[in-house]
Amino acid sequence: MKKELRLMKGNEAIAEAAIRAGTDGYFGYPITPQSEILEYLMEANPYETTGMVVLQAESEVAAINMVYGGAACGKKVMTSSSSPGISLKQEGISYIAGAELPCLIVNVARGGPGLGTIQPAQSDYFQSVKGGGHGDYHLIVLAPASVQEMADFVELGFDLAFKYRNPVLILSDGAIGQMMEKVYLNPPKPRSSEILEWATTGKPTTRERNIITSLDLDPNGQENFNLKLQAKYENIRKNEVRYEEFQCDDAQYLLVAYGTSARVCQKSVQIAREQGLKVGLLRPITLFPFPSERISELSDRVRGILSVEMSAGQMVEDVQLSVGCKVPVKHFGRMGGIVTTPDEVVDFLKLNIIGG
Amino acid sequence: MIEATGIKNIIKPENLVYKKSSVMTDNVLSYCPGCGHGTANRILAEVIEEMGIQSKTIGVSPVGCSVLLYNFLDVDMQEAAHGRAPAVATAIKRLIPDSFVFTYQGDGDLAAIGTAETIHACNRGENILIIFVNNGIYGMTGGQMAPTTLPGMKSSTSPAGRDVKTMGNPLKMTEIVATLPGTYYVTRQSVHTPANVRKTKKAIRKAVEYQKLDRGTCFIEIVSNCNSGWKMTPVQANKWMEETMFPYYPLGDIKVPVEESVK
Ligand SMILES: Cc1ncc(C[n+]2csc(CCOP(=O)(O)OP(=O)(O)O)c2C)c(N)n1
Ligand code: SF4
Repeated sequence: MKKELRLMKGNEAIAEAAIRAGTDGYFGYPITPQSEILEYLMEANPYETTGMVVLQAESEVAAINMVYGGAACGKKVMTSSSSPGISLKQEGISYIAGAELPCLIVNVARGGPGLGTIQPAQSDYFQSVKGGGHGDYHLIVLAPASVQEMADFVELGFDLAFKYRNPVLILSDGAIGQMMEKVYLNPPKPRSSEILEWATTGKPTTRERNIITSLDLDPNGQENFNLKLQAKYENIRKNEVRYEEFQCDDAQYLLVAYGTSARVCQKSVQIAREQGLKVGLLRPITLFPFPSERISELSDRVRGILSVEMSAGQMVEDVQLSVGCKVPVKHFGRMGGIVTTPDEVVDFLKLNIIGG
Repeated sequence: MIEATGIKNIIKPENLVYKKSSVMTDNVLSYCPGCGHGTANRILAEVIEEMGIQSKTIGVSPVGCSVLLYNFLDVDMQEAAHGRAPAVATAIKRLIPDSFVFTYQGDGDLAAIGTAETIHACNRGENILIIFVNNGIYGMTGGQMAPTTLPGMKSSTSPAGRDVKTMGNPLKMTEIVATLPGTYYVTRQSVHTPANVRKTKKAIRKAVEYQKLDRGTCFIEIVSNCNSGWKMTPVQANKWMEETMFPYYPLGDIKVPVEESVK
């Protein structure tokens, strides 16, 4: 079947893609700028067509624990929220990582700290890629830069989540959630009826009981489990790095930016090139695993790197770790819900990296 | 003295008066001797066995002394974060509607940190069974005050006794959820005597039947002891429970299905 072309908001694209991906359950709580996901699903009422459960929970805490319960049954389940709500979910996310459950979490991020603002920001990078909740764990983090990718990453996210039995986070922001673009939607897939061997679905006489837990009171057991988790993350680092390059082949200066900032920086590259400056852009698509190796390779050929984020500088730490001290790495970004302009990026680059 | 051959004569199927439920595993219970949790676990296993629902059962045990319930029951189980079992169970039941889903929660879990999840699951009328073991204290963490701790009752965080003026009053969650239209069957029982064990088993059996009817949440409170947390012997604890807990938390049905109250 052919893909269907639609004009949609990023949030709506996620919701529609979720139905089409054969999602079994969505559990959410309203928060701007992502409420359209829950609203769209309630309006679409997929329970009547695909059997997908859509439930407005009493809080983000309840929603993520519903995701835990559904994921532990081997079902394709997801939730979405924005920054303050994602903070509330962190305990549950840690339990999901600790119980090795597959699920999809969407953060349509806004500025903080605290109640902050409802405008877009990228200040949840640390929370997303460094753990967020307690314990040594990682999410697989996908960073869409278009409405198309909002839709595409739902299916990709579920695929990765089930492949590795690991929670996947789509880290988006209010700009991509709210903006409208054309999007090609996949034809609908039916929900899976497969019963996964590890899932709690009721114990038949033919197998041992399945237990979903993150508890091991024996320190040796718990350490061994942690080692197993780390091996999984290593495997993910090896196999799942995704990124995109714009005009990096001859670049003397490199911008690194994801999501909305990458869209801005694409324009910055164009402006800089018009001024005769050989600037390229690397856009990480996976924030965990981070494209460290590729950035390190590129750093052998460029004179300086600018990490551009709508934050005080979070991803820049990972860029610096990738580069070592081979070339100068600086950060530029606006905060509090302000989207950086392409010119600002070029000006900063000229003044602080090229000019220096 | 019975001769060895005599014993062989006694160990015969027809002489059997008690048998461990096949839904109970061989793992050693981790509860303190004298604790009501063990009995409550056992009768739950017995009901699951007797009603033939082992293959349909999915249980949720959140943080608390009963977090290891999955070690003792031979059914599919999920451990849940502290207080969140009703949310976890909500999703399980919605996604696998023909399963039998129960939560097994302590009073700190259900009536403090999990108040919202409990009330909202009941208010949505989630078709699950909530088993609420109320021992008036936080057992697992060493005997701190719970929302259910009685006025004047000592705990490690109310060493001079619970002062209701500064520490609040004991919360009667069971009465609260009984007021919600979403609950179908709400009862308060205990497991400290054989007669009470029988009544609690009957209540669990009813709840299993009701879940098949899809009528709403069933909520069974089991007023229980925590001899370790209360710093009493098991015998003293049961006596204290009868004399002090039951007047505040009276046993009996609080909400019964309309069909049944008409009968
Ligand atoms: C978020 C969180 N807060 C606190 C705890 C620590 N904790 C574990 S069990 C418990 C209380 C258990 O008491 P109760 O629910 O009454 O069950 P009991 O142990 O008495 O059976 C607490 C506070 C925790 N595990 N998680
Ligand atoms: S601490 Fe209390 S509730 Fe926990 S097992 Fe011991 S007696 Fe039972």
